[in-house]
Formats: sequence, C-alpha cells, structure tokens
Amino acid sequence: MPVAQRLRVRYAKRGRLRFTSHRDISRAVERAVRRADVPVAFSAGFSPHPRISYVGAAAPTGVASEAEYLEISVTRRCDPELLRAALDTSLPPGLDVLAVVEATEGSLADRLECSAWEIRLPKADSALAVAAVEGFNAAERVDVERLTKKGLRRFDAREAVLSLEVVEGTETTAGQASSQPCVILRMVVRHATPAVRPDDVLTGLRLVAGFAPPVPPEVTRLAQGPLDVGTGEPADPFGLDREVTRGGETEPVGGHVGGDL
Amino acid sequence: MPVESLFPRLEALLPKVQKPIQYVGGELNSTVKSWDETTVRWALMYPDAYEVGLPNQGVQILYEILNEMPETLAERTYAVWPDLEALMRAEGVPQFTVDAHRPVRAFDVFGISFSTELGYTNMLTALDLAGIPLEAADRGEDDPIVLAGGHAAFNPEPIADFLDAAVLGDGEQVAIAITEVIREWKAEGSPGGRDELLMRLAESGGVYVPKFYDVDYHADGRIQRVAPNRSGVPWRVHKHTVMDLDEWPYPKKPLVPLAETVHERFSVEIFRGCTRGCRFCQAGMITRPVRERSITTIGDMVDAGVRASGFNEVGLLSLSSADHSEIGEVAKGLADRYEGTNTSLSLPSTRVDAFNIDLANEFSRNGRRSGLTFAPEGGSERMRKVINKMVTEEDLIRTVSTAYSQGWRQVKLYFMCGLPTEEDVDVLGIADLARKVIKAGREASGSRDVRCTVSIGGFVPKPHTPFQWAAQASHEVVDHRLKALKDALRGDKEYGRAIGLRYHDGKPSIVEGLLSRGDRRVGKVIRAVWEDGGRFDGWSEHFSYQRWMDAAAKADLDVDWYTTREREENEVLPWDHLDAGLDREWLWQDWRDAVNDVEVEDCRWTPCYDCGVCPTMGTEIQIGPTGKKLLPLTVV
Repeated sequence: MPVAQRLRVRYAKRGRLRFTSHRDISRAVERAVRRADVPVAFSAGFSPHPRISYVGAAAPTGVASEAEYLEISVTRRCDPELLRAALDTSLPPGLDVLAVVEATEGSLADRLECSAWEIRLPKADSALAVAAVEGFNAAERVDVERLTKKGLRRFDAREAVLSLEVVEGTETTAGQASSQPCVILRMVVRHATPAVRPDDVLTGLRLVAGFAPPVPPEVTRLAQGPLDVGTGEPADPFGLDREVTRGGETEPVGGHVGGDL
Repeated sequence: MPVESLFPRLEALLPKVQKPIQYVGGELNSTVKSWDETTVRWALMYPDAYEVGLPNQGVQILYEILNEMPETLAERTYAVWPDLEALMRAEGVPQFTVDAHRPVRAFDVFGISFSTELGYTNMLTALDLAGIPLEAADRGEDDPIVLAGGHAAFNPEPIADFLDAAVLGDGEQVAIAITEVIREWKAEGSPGGRDELLMRLAESGGVYVPKFYDVDYHADGRIQRVAPNRSGVPWRVHKHTVMDLDEWPYPKKPLVPLAETVHERFSVEIFRGCTRGCRFCQAGMITRPVRERSITTIGDMVDAGVRASGFNEVGLLSLSSADHSEIGEVAKGLADRYEGTNTSLSLPSTRVDAFNIDLANEFSRNGRRSGLTFAPEGGSERMRKVINKMVTEEDLIRTVSTAYSQGWRQVKLYFMCGLPTEEDVDVLGIADLARKVIKAGREASGSRDVRCTVSIGGFVPKPHTPFQWAAQASHEVVDHRLKALKDALRGDKEYGRAIGLRYHDGKPSIVEGLLSRGDRRVGKVIRAVWEDGGRFDGWSEHFSYQRWMDAAAKADLDVDWYTTREREENEVLPWDHLDAGLDREWLWQDWRDAVNDVEVEDCRWTPCYDCGVCPTMGTEIQIGPTGKKLLPLTVV
C-alpha cells in the first residue's frame, strides 16, 4: 500500500531503559507499532520490513536520552497526537514518546546538527573538574583514541565541542534517580565524523588534566537539532514542520531543551 | 520483613558489562507484586543466559500461574554471565530476580527448570551468589527450598546433594499444590522447620525429597537399592500430568523482552506428549500420553498472544506438530486470519511427510519462505528401524522432491551419530541420502540451485527410554564416523558443494551422558568442575571437556562406567524409584525389539501396546478432531 503520510517522532530513553541498545529499541518500537495498530507501511520484497527509520546517531547503550528521533511511514493518515499517545502507551515505561509531527519538506537528518549533553559525575571533585574543563577549552586539539567497529581510531575531540562547562546543582534529570551531590558537565557538540561522544570528551579531560571520575558517569542527551547561533544551543528540529502544518505558529525554541516534557 | 531492591547496587555495575539490558527486567507483561502482601514467594530460574532462558515456555507458564494466585508472588532469575558474576562477587551483590531485583535467598522456593543437564554448574553459581549453601544438608531455616523441575529432573540424582526437592512432569498443578502446602505450613507458624515442610511435600507422593532416600551400592559399584529412610515417604515418586490443556491456556500474556533472545516469537503449545515411539527420545517417553489443545483454544491463544505481545511470528509448538489431528485446519485458519498482516507462522519439529509441504506452503503465505527441516535421524534403513523412526528413503525423496518442485530451495536434515548398534556404514548412509536428495531436487526443480544442509547431533542415552540400558558410543568412535562422512561429502564432485554439513565433536556428548545417567556419586564431580570455574556448559566457548575429565579423575570416578557401559536388565538404575509411568518390562522389551530391528506403531492409530503410562497415571489419550473451524477475527 502506498505511503499516505510520514510522521516524525521524538522519544526518550530513561532510567534503567538507558541500557537498551539501538537494536533493542528498534525491536521494541516495531512491536509497539503492531500492538498500537499503527497502519505502518511495509517495504516491498522478499522480506518486508516496517518502514521505520532512525534519524541521527543513536545515543550509545548505557546513555540516557531526552531527544532521539525516528520517522515512520503510514498507509492511512494519522493524527500526530493520537499516534503519540498510542505509541507511548504501547512502549515499555522508560521508552517514552515525547512529540510527533507530520513530516514536511526537507530532511530531518540534516537538521540534527548538534547535541546538548549532560554528564553527571557522582563523587567527583568539583575543583579538579573545573580545572580540567578549563584545560580542555584552552587546547587547540585533543587527540583521543576509541575502539570502534573499524578498529582503534584516533581523532580530535576538541573541535566538535562548541561549549563545555561545569554547572551548579544536584538536581536529578527526569531520567536518573540519584540524589547525591555530584559534578555536572554540560556541553554542546557538533555532529561530525567520526562522532565525538561524551565518553570521548571524558577521555580528553583525562588526557588534558588527568581528571578521571571515580564511578561510572551518568550521561544524558538533552537535545538535538540545528545549531542556534544566537544561543549556541540546539534548536527544536520539529520547528519547521510545526510552522508549516500549523500555518506559521512556532514553538519557543528553549522549551524543549532539558527534556522536561 | 521488608526486602529491598538490589537495583541501585546492580546499576553501578551495569555500565561495565556486556548487554546490560538483560539484567534490568521491565519486560512487557512482566509482573511485580507487593512483597508484604504475599505469603508464598517463588524465585523461578532458567539456568542459562537470559537470551536462552527468557523465551522458555515452562518458566513463563509457571510465572503467570503463580502470579495469578492471591497472596503468591513469582519472580524470575537467570544465569549471569561471568563478567557480571565477577563484579557481583567483588561488590557483594547477591543473585537477584530481574522483576523487582530482590535477593533470591529471601524467597520461600527457589525453583529451577532444567531442560538439559548442562545447566547444573549454572545452578551452583546462582546458589553461591545467592548466599544459599550449595549442599541441601548445610541449609538453614532462612534458606529457600531449592526445587528442580524440567525434563532433566526425571533423573535428579547427580544433583541430589544440591536439591531439597524435585518434581517430575507437568508443573501447572503441582506448583499450585506446593504453594498451598507451604502456605498452610507458614500459617501454622512453620512447625518443625524446613524438615517438616519437606516431609509434608514428600508425603503428598508428588514431590521427591532426595534426602529421605538412602542409596546402597554393590561392591562393584552398581546400585543395590534405593529406599526411603523414614516412614511416610513413598517408595516411588510419580510424575504429574495435566489432563485438559484447554483449561490451562498459558502463557496468556507472553513476556516480551527488550534484549534480543533466541526465540523472538509467540509460541503456543498445540499438544503435549508424543507416542511416535522414537526410542532415543526422552521427551516422547516421559510426556505420554498425547493431549491435544483444541483448534478453538489454539486460535484464541494466538489471537490474544499476538495482541498482547506485538510479535510478528507465531510458533506452534509440540514434539511433532504436524501430528495434531486438525493441523490442516489450524494452519489454514491461522493463515487466513493473518493474511496481509506480515505475521508469519512456524511449525518446528515436522516429520518427513509430503503432507507437511502443504502445511509449509500454507504457513509461508504471509511471510518468509525459508528452509524446510526434516529429521530422518538415522542414515540407513536399518538404523531407522532400530530407533523406530519409521521413515523410508522413498518417503524422504518423495517429500523433498515435492518441496523443491514447489519452490523451496533449501532443505535441512537432522541426523544422529553414535546410535546403538550403529556402524560406519550407517553414518556413511547419510552422505548417500543427501546426494539422492540433491539429485531429486535438481530434477524436480529443473535447477542446479538447490541446497541441503545436514545437521548431526551426538546421541546420548537418556533415562526412562528403551536406550537407558545402552552403551553410549565413545567420542573417538563418533569423531571417526563424522570424519569419514565429511571426507565422503568433500570428495564428491557432483553433489558435495550443494551439501552443507554441521556437527560438533563427540566430547560434549560424553559429559552430557555422564550427567544424564549419573547417580549421586556424580555430584562431587559437578561441584569440583564448578569450583574449578566451570560455567555455561551448554556453550562451546565456555565448555571444557578436560575440566570434566580432570574432576572425574580426581574424584576417582570412572566416566566410561557411566557412559560407554551397557547395563544388564536387572541392574538397579539410579532413577528406578522415579516413576514416569513407563512399564520397565515394556521398556526392556522395546530395547530388545530395537536391537532386532523390530518397529512399533503409534498407539494413537493402532491398539495399545501396554507401555504402561495411562493405567499407572490414570490418564488417557486426548485427541480430536473436534470438527470445528477457525472463524475470521472480527475487527473491534
């Protein structure tokens, strides 16, 4: 059956569900789509697959996210809000559907230019963290190594980091349940190849200033989107779709950052 | 007493392990009940990795049935991989359930389902991590009752020292009965401690408590007798049989994991038991008689299960699924219902029968057309008579020709190596069969693009089968025959490249044989292997034959005596006091018939041949046809 509509979905992986891998999520979404009776389109051919595509680089296994994106093609037009509610109900708690919009012109992938990340470092020393961040920010380039599927790769982790700072506070994010005082890093990273991930920045902090967190860090992707040069933050990538479908009405950009939906 | 979740402590370890999602729980349709509002609590374990254990039907059925009972709670636990085990030991995190991450030691019952003996070392890891003494004799009032079930529990003697109790057969009703015995005993204030509780369970006649039985041995090592050591304990413990599967339509709400598992489908058991009489097959002997689930219940279960899970594949399980009296109607009805929905149907365990091609065509209407699998099991006509697998070469060639002519391109054939009376020529017969299959396939399809995969498993004699007296073939013999077969296929220019051969070496089968027909003296070998680091023996990358042989040598235990030795008719076997309903004289006669190439028919379609199960167990064959059909599903 022909595709009647394409919908764009923003979802979160929170709490213990942050341990899902990308493949785990894709199976869970396929099943949720079936349980929710979403009229998903299937690819043609010998082994038909539901037409669900994941946009942008997935948050790594173990990393929580408030801003993952997928696109789904359906054979019957659906109300975006009804689809959001149905899909959210069918997914296990912790995989939460935050927003659905009808796709308009242009590629969503092209709009995901950068990510905002939060790294919580329980039991870490605040003064050391501040010094390490200063050292990192002052460096021209910080070469790190990471084992990828293609083997050990060496690349610069500094240039893609648009901002990196130590922020105050011990509040917990929606996704994580930790109330102890901890150092919180916040950063905006431009999407590049190879991707610079939060753990690469942590590796950089260790190389630059010998800073190493005492316990595993808790990492959350807060937002993804086009870089707003005014604020230095990712803007809402659905902004354009909403503008078109709602006839010019726009969403406040800052409202989605921080994952408080 | 409140029991706290171990999750916060576990969570700190998860970033450091492979596939952490398998430990976090939260599966769709899983249940977390209040600890304080329940009185009887079960921890259910499948003693293998989560990816293997989660789909297990037995555990899912008991989990659902127990959680449906008021004041009863059941949670699941699986074997943790060595990476997490090391971290748990370092940080003092005990064995946990994945549902509410409660410590296993806090439960009343720790029930372990053994599909295979190769999970024994994983049980010891779980007990040790849980803080429960490995040996039943060392356990105290605060420890759970460690209870084994599953097919391997039909001879629990090798793990008798580690178990408080074992149950044989279908678990649905006996799990409820055990729960009620425990509830009553706790309500009375747990009089007499765990000893009295075990005594109450033993007196019921349906629960085996190893420590209430003494085993005496002859000087030559054979068992002299097994006898109860206190009054009130029955001489023999009987298996349990659920008599109306339509009254037990479980699982109703299948668990849907986030982690990837070995079976990603909704499975419905369409019947239980099998009387085809294959002599090597323990499952076919210990699950008699055949009890069918009706076509309408199957349809209802598939409908509800697919809705509740979102799975896109449905498996119709049983020991020989095409034997259901209404399988044609079931296949057609389900294929009609799910036409155009990208829901595929699968039918494991099919016999060599042209009728099955029609079924396979029906089943592949809505989905993939992958390969077809048949199990002739024996490579020669004579071998198939010995094992009572009544398939002629003609049947096989006709069946595969039909398959290839109808567009199937790949056929998989299962065989066994090391069967009783087997000689080299029987195994080389597999190569001949495979060549004929390809030749017929090329003729039938008019194409050279047809393939056949031959999969070979090592035969292990099992308790409660006619082959329980047989000598197991040594691994040298098995390896020699497999090599000869490989050479024969490799040297074949005309057909060799169209035939794939898959097999394992013969060594793991020897360890499986030791554990299958072992007695209580094998327990110390299991413990020594575990202490030496033995884990996950069902996984070739973890299994070490040498470790088992070293442990046996150190314990002065002769592995050959347990495996490659043929037993006499009157030898007391370690499981003789455990009753699967099979008449011992009939089993012996069937063993003699096997050696003389005499076949026996299926009692569903021919007169009863007195295997003994129905009169002993008070059961009867339950088969259709009901004459009913599946109606189209109405859209709500």
